[in-house]
Formats: sequence, structure tokens, C-alpha cells
Amino acid sequence: MNKIIYKEQLSKDVFLMGIDAPLIAEERQPGQFIILQTDDDYGERIPLTIADADIEEGSITIIFQVVGKTTTELSLMEVGDYLPAFVGPLGKPTHIKNFGHVVCVAGGIGVAPMHPIAQALKKVGNFVTIIIGARTKDLLILENKMKNIADELIICTDDGSYGRKALVTEPLKELCERNKKPEMVIAIGPPVMMKYCSITTKPYEVFTQVSLNTIMVDGTGMCGGCRVSINNETKFVCVDGPEFDGHQVDFDNMIARLNSYKNIERQKQKCFVEKTFKAKEGVL
Amino acid sequence: MSYHSLEELSAQAKELIVEYVDKCDSLKPKERTQIPAQEMPTQDPLIRRTNLEEVAIGFSEDQARIEAMRCLQCVKKNCVQDCPVNIDIPAFVNKIAHGDFEGAAQIIKQTTLLPAICGRVCPQETQCQLHCAVGKALKDVEKSVAIGRLERFIADWERKNGKKVLPKIKPPTGKKIAVVGSGPAGLVVAADCKREGHHVTIFEAFHRLGGVLRYGIPEFRLPNDIIDHEIETLSQMGVEIKTNFVVGRTRKLIDLIEKDKYDAVFVGTGAGLPMFMGIEGENLVGVFSANEYLTRANLMRAFEKEKADTPIISSKKVAVLGGGNVAMDSARMAKRLGADNVYVIYRRTENEMPARKEEAVHAKEEGIEFHFLENAKRIIGDEHGCVTGMECVRFELGEPDESGRRRPVEIKSSEFIVDVDTVIVAIGNGSNPLISQTTPQIQVNKWGNVLVDKTQKTSLDKVFAGGDIVLGAATVILAMGEGRRAAASINSMLALERETEKAVKNSYAL
Ligand SMILES: Cc1cc2nc3c(=O)[nH]c(=O)nc-3n(C[C@H](O)[C@H](O)[C@H](O)COP(=O)(O)OP(=O)(O)OC[C@H]3O[C@@H](n4cnc5c(N)ncnc54)[C@H](O)[C@@H]3O)c2cc1C
Ligand code: FES
Repeated sequence: MNKIIYKEQLSKDVFLMGIDAPLIAEERQPGQFIILQTDDDYGERIPLTIADADIEEGSITIIFQVVGKTTTELSLMEVGDYLPAFVGPLGKPTHIKNFGHVVCVAGGIGVAPMHPIAQALKKVGNFVTIIIGARTKDLLILENKMKNIADELIICTDDGSYGRKALVTEPLKELCERNKKPEMVIAIGPPVMMKYCSITTKPYEVFTQVSLNTIMVDGTGMCGGCRVSINNETKFVCVDGPEFDGHQVDFDNMIARLNSYKNIERQKQKCFVEKTFKAKEGVL
Repeated sequence: MSYHSLEELSAQAKELIVEYVDKCDSLKPKERTQIPAQEMPTQDPLIRRTNLEEVAIGFSEDQARIEAMRCLQCVKKNCVQDCPVNIDIPAFVNKIAHGDFEGAAQIIKQTTLLPAICGRVCPQETQCQLHCAVGKALKDVEKSVAIGRLERFIADWERKNGKKVLPKIKPPTGKKIAVVGSGPAGLVVAADCKREGHHVTIFEAFHRLGGVLRYGIPEFRLPNDIIDHEIETLSQMGVEIKTNFVVGRTRKLIDLIEKDKYDAVFVGTGAGLPMFMGIEGENLVGVFSANEYLTRANLMRAFEKEKADTPIISSKKVAVLGGGNVAMDSARMAKRLGADNVYVIYRRTENEMPARKEEAVHAKEEGIEFHFLENAKRIIGDEHGCVTGMECVRFELGEPDESGRRRPVEIKSSEFIVDVDTVIVAIGNGSNPLISQTTPQIQVNKWGNVLVDKTQKTSLDKVFAGGDIVLGAATVILAMGEGRRAAASINSMLALERETEKAVKNSYAL
């Protein structure tokens, strides 16, 4: 049982929560994630990346977007509530060293997991360029935190409501075309974004690391539900990842697998939202 | 075997018991072998394939006593030698024959902790019942005394009659033991070490205890209530339980010893990394490992569709690849989750199938179709990446291989397409990678199984291991046997430590 100790709404569908988890806070390293359940009898187990940790307070921060039943339910939980199942930190940590110039491309909610990674990369002496992409200005999160880390910050919105009106791949391409191209790119965000970042950097042969957020059950390598095809070999994201060489990931297959349950999930979310709404009306 | 109802079997037993009850002690061996072997009552196949309730209902009291009277009480006790935990089988069977069920329970409990579970899932036909003199006399191992069913009968009787007695626990020793993983191996270590008076903490990655007993073996073979009951015993004994705790990640194994001051650690993390066939289309939507499929169905309760959040595709035509118990469980679960057609596809013939015969018979009764001498070659998907079919190829049996089984040889150009929307791969598991990945000091073999000596000790000081993580995918009872051995080693190691500590203290006192 882990207590929610703070909660903040970052944008329309995006929430930040601080969770009391001293052991995870102590052990976690950039790139790792947790798995949680909002109900340990019937709930789904969902993975979320650890956005931050405070060892003294014994807490970690998660940032999530409401996309399905479990995230809806989570967004309705309040400070003081307990999460019945909360396990981590899982996955292999990001390999942090001084590569030279690293470009961190974060799309949408991907800014959350990118934050600790960019911070760690900066700390060991990298020149860090951060590209943040969002659909529109209102969906932009953690801009200030990222500004504090970045040697160079580029913000793009799809609709041009803030920063550059562009997809993240545009500035990424320009960076690769510079005289001295970056040593490494890290892309975290929606699968389609990571796919196109990888396609963008491929001709320039810039190593591109992506962080995959697949469906998971156990997170210990037991079920294979999280498997992806890397260079035609099957790998398990929870124990072999979550980070992989973007040029080797079969994104189309991964996206199809992520979408496996979209319809069922949507149906469940709809029922849940209707039920909750009705219940609330009843109270009023 | 054909289906007979519980009423039918109980009625027959009621008549028989009248005939035998007074002769219990005076029956000649010949007469005993002529007592009809008792059949296990089950739920009607047509009904049970739509529910999750236990398939085998269990012997009635009369049935149990009659079955027990078949035992010759022979001096050789082959059955005991073939039992990995050496239960005194003739002794408890004799108590049953006399109707002393409590006495029988006491004998079983001396050597095993989880009889309700073992009685249900042990492969008795290759263990205790394999060399049973009755089976030998009747030249049919299936006619051996049904030791497993009797064991289950006693465990169920004890539970239903509220006769549970907590094992005696010695005074606290101040020593701490960490048990990693709560499968059968871990549960046995926890109990055996607790009895010695040590403080025991179980660390489990999942939110529920039991390991494969919980998430793998389905409810219809091993009800969750039974696992809960056994685990409750551990809590009542004072074993500390930490769920949602992945050793290696939440805390390094070494830190359990160095920072948290555990005096010994037992690693029982079980099998992991499900194997796939390495064929085209294996990562399509609708292809599951048996582990994932069964975990969603059991632990995450996909069967209760209205309540469970865990999504599972509603399949109509399911192919299960493999011929072991795990394949049988997956196929039977798919049927219960609503599939119209379920095919088990196995490369060899029925004779080579590693699944327990009883499970295969039950599967057939429930309408599972078996396709022998066939194997998958490629899984076919549509434009959304979802399974729409599978290409198979036929085999014939060739020369025997090292294991003595005739090797299947592919028949050229015999490919054909089966229409399926779901494929469940049940061809085995590798080892759980987490401990070896995060504890580089621990020695493992090339398959990732932890290496241990005769006492179950690993290459690391104070660290022991057992169960599937050592053996590769094995059985519940073998895991328990290893757990028992590990616990004995831990207990004697700690006893020695305490003596040394005492001696040092005394020498200071002088
Ligand atoms: C579907 C299926 C059917 C089977 N049917 C039978 C049968 O009929 N009869 C039979 O005898 N055997 C059967 N088996 C095999 C049997 O279940 C196993 O051999 C046995 O459970 C192994 O026990 P174990 O204690 O070694 O590990 P497991 O039961 O695998 O338990 C390991 C536990 O450790 C936990 N864990 C893993 N890593 C960590 C970590 N790092 N930190 C904390 N916890 C961790 C896991 O979550 C799990 O709970 C079956 C197996 C399956 C999959
Ligand atoms: S989540 Fe089950 S193996 Fe990765």
C-alpha cells in the first residue's frame, strides 16, 4: 500500500502525483519505471515511468495522461488515498555517461520520463539539447524544469500556439545536419514520434535510443506480454529494456500490439466514467 | 475413462463399504486387489467447460475408505521412496481405511506442508503410484492405489472440519531469513525456518502470493481458496509478508544481507522468460505465451469479464502449441473463456505427450481437439497485425533420439492453413532473469539457472536457492523438496552460528 502525498493537474488530461515509496526512491535510477494497480483484485497492472524522486522525503513522482480506465481511476484518486499495488523500480536504468552532445527529444507526456535522464546527462558533463513537442500550448508540461537543464531548448507545437510550429523531427533533422552532428539522440514519447525520430536520424547514423512503454503484466520477465521485435529478435521490454536502439525496433509491430486492447479499453473506460459520473450525481 | 456422476459413484461406494467395513484388517492381499479402484468424481464435462469451478470433486468418505483398503501395506514401501518428501504413505492410508481421518492428517502433516495442493497437482503416476504393488499386480499403473486422491481427501477433510493445527514454533532465535518468491519452494522454506523460531520475511514481486500455484495453474484444477488457506497458516505462524517487492530491483539481494541484516536468503524466483518458437508472425496481436494468457485469466481474473479490467481478446478459434500440462491448462482455459474451437497442436504423438494423462483425458472430455504430428510454421496476420490464421506442417515419426522417443520428421510439402484468431505458445520457459541480472556475483549455468551444491547453497555466502530457478521448469513437489532441503541447511547453518555466538559470549563472561 502506497500513499498519494501530493497531486497536481498539469494540463487537461495530465496529472502529477507524489507517492510515498521510500525504497523505490532510494533505488531508482533514470529510465526506470513502476507498475501500479488501482484495485488489486480486478485492476489492470500498468507501467509508468518514474519522473522524479526525493530520497529524503521517501517519495517518487509519476506523471500520467488519462487514456484508459486505470488512468481515469487514478486521476480520480486524491491525496491521502492508497494505491493497493505499487512495485518498482523496474527495467534497466539508462546508461549515463559523457557522450558529448546529446539531443533529448520528448513528445507529449514523454517529457516526464525525460526529465531525470536529461538531468543525469547534464550532470556528467554532456551538452544537452532538449526538444519538446506538444500538440498545443496547453498540453506542454515541465517547460521550466527542462529549461533549467538544457544548454539549448527547442519547443515545437503542432498548431504553432507556442514555440515553433513544427513536428519534433524538423529541428532534430537540422541538428543532425549541423557540421558537428550530435553523438546521441534519446527520444521518448508516443510510439509514432519515436518511430519518426528514428527514421530521421538513421541516414545520419546518429545513435538513437528510444524508451518503449508496452503493455505489461508482471514486469519480471515471466509473461512475455511486453515483447517487442528488435532487429528481428524477440526482446522483453521489462527486463531487457525499456531502452532500445531505435534503428532496430519494429515500431509497426509494437504499435499494433499496443493497440490490441484499445477497443475493449475504451469500452471499459466509457462504462467506468459513466458509472462514476452517475454515482457522483447521486451524491449531489 | 468415461464420465460418471458424483451421485452414481457415491451410491456404489455406499454399497461396497457395507461389504468391506468389518473385514478391513482381515482381507487377504488377493481380496484387496479385487476391490474396485475408485474413480474420481468430476463435474459433468459439458457443464464444467463453462465454469471455473474445480473439475475433480474429490472422493466421498466411503470412496476414500474403500480405496484405502486396496493398499497391501507392503513392507517394501516403494511408494515412500518415490515420494520427493517421503510421506509415510502406507501409514496414512491405513488410518483412512479405518476411518481415522484425523490420524491420517497427522501423519501427512509430519512431512508435507501443502497436501491439499500436492494431492491435486503432483504427477503421482510417475512418483508414488508408479511402483505401487497393487498397480504391479494388476499390471496397470492406473490401477495403483490412488495415493494422490487420498492425500487430497484428507487435506480437504481437515480444512472442511476446521481441524487445522498450527505447527509448533520454537522460541525466537533473533535470526532473520529472507525468502525471495512465494511459489511452493519459498512457502516451504518460510514454514520450515519459522518453525525453528527464526524471523522469516517473504518477498513477492506480485500483489498476491503463491507463484505458479496462483497465476499459472487454473482455478478449475487448484482453487485459490486452497492456496489462501495454506498462506493464512503461514501468516498465523508469524511469517512476515511483503508483496509488490522485486528483489534485485526494489532492493538488491546483497543489500538484504548487508544493509537489512538478513542472516540467510533463499532464492525461489521460479521459471520465467517464456520461450517462443522463433517463427514468423509470433509477435502478432493474438499470440500469447501460456504464462501471459493464464496470468490474465487466473491472477487478473479475466474470467470474471464484467469485473476484471485485464483485457483478454475474446477468441473464437484458438490454437495451443505444445503438449505439456501448461498446454492443457491453456486450452481448457481458452474453452472456459468462450472459445468455440480449441486445438492443441503437438509435434509428436499422444504417447510422447508430457502432460499428465488425466489432464489430457479431461481436456478431451471438454471438447478440446488434439492434432498430433503437426506443428506451426508461420502465423498469419491481417493489415492490423492481428492473427487470422496459422500455417502448419505435418510430421511423421522417425528414428528414436537420445531420450528414446521417436523423433518427428517433417513431411515435405505437407503445409496447410488453419483458421485461428488466437495462438497460445506453451513450449516451455527459461529461467527468471532478475536475480542473475542484478546480482552478477551469483553463479548460474548457461540457461540462467542458479547453481547450487547438495545443500542448495549458491556460490554466494548465506544465499540458498531452489525450485524452478535451479531445476528449470519442474514440478510443485520437486520445488517443495528443494525448499525443504534448503531450509534444513539454513537451519543448521544458523544453529551453528548461534552456538558460536554463545561460546564467544561465554568466553567474554569468563
Ligand atoms: C500452467 C502451469 C501448470 C503447471 N502444472 C503443474 C502440475 O500440474 N503439477 C506440478 O507438479 N507442477 C506443475 N507446474 C509446474 C510448477 O508449478 C512449478 O514447477 C512450481 O510452481 C515451481 O515452484 P517455485 O517455487 O520454484 O517457483 P514459482 O511457483 O514459479 O514461484 C516463483 C515466485 O517468485 C516470484 N518472483 C520472481 N522473481 C522475483 C523477485 N526478483 N523478487 C520477488 N519475487 C520474485 C514470482 O512472482 C513467483 O511468485 C505447472 C506450471 C505451470 C506454469
Ligand atoms: S511484463 Fe511480463 S515479461 Fe515483461
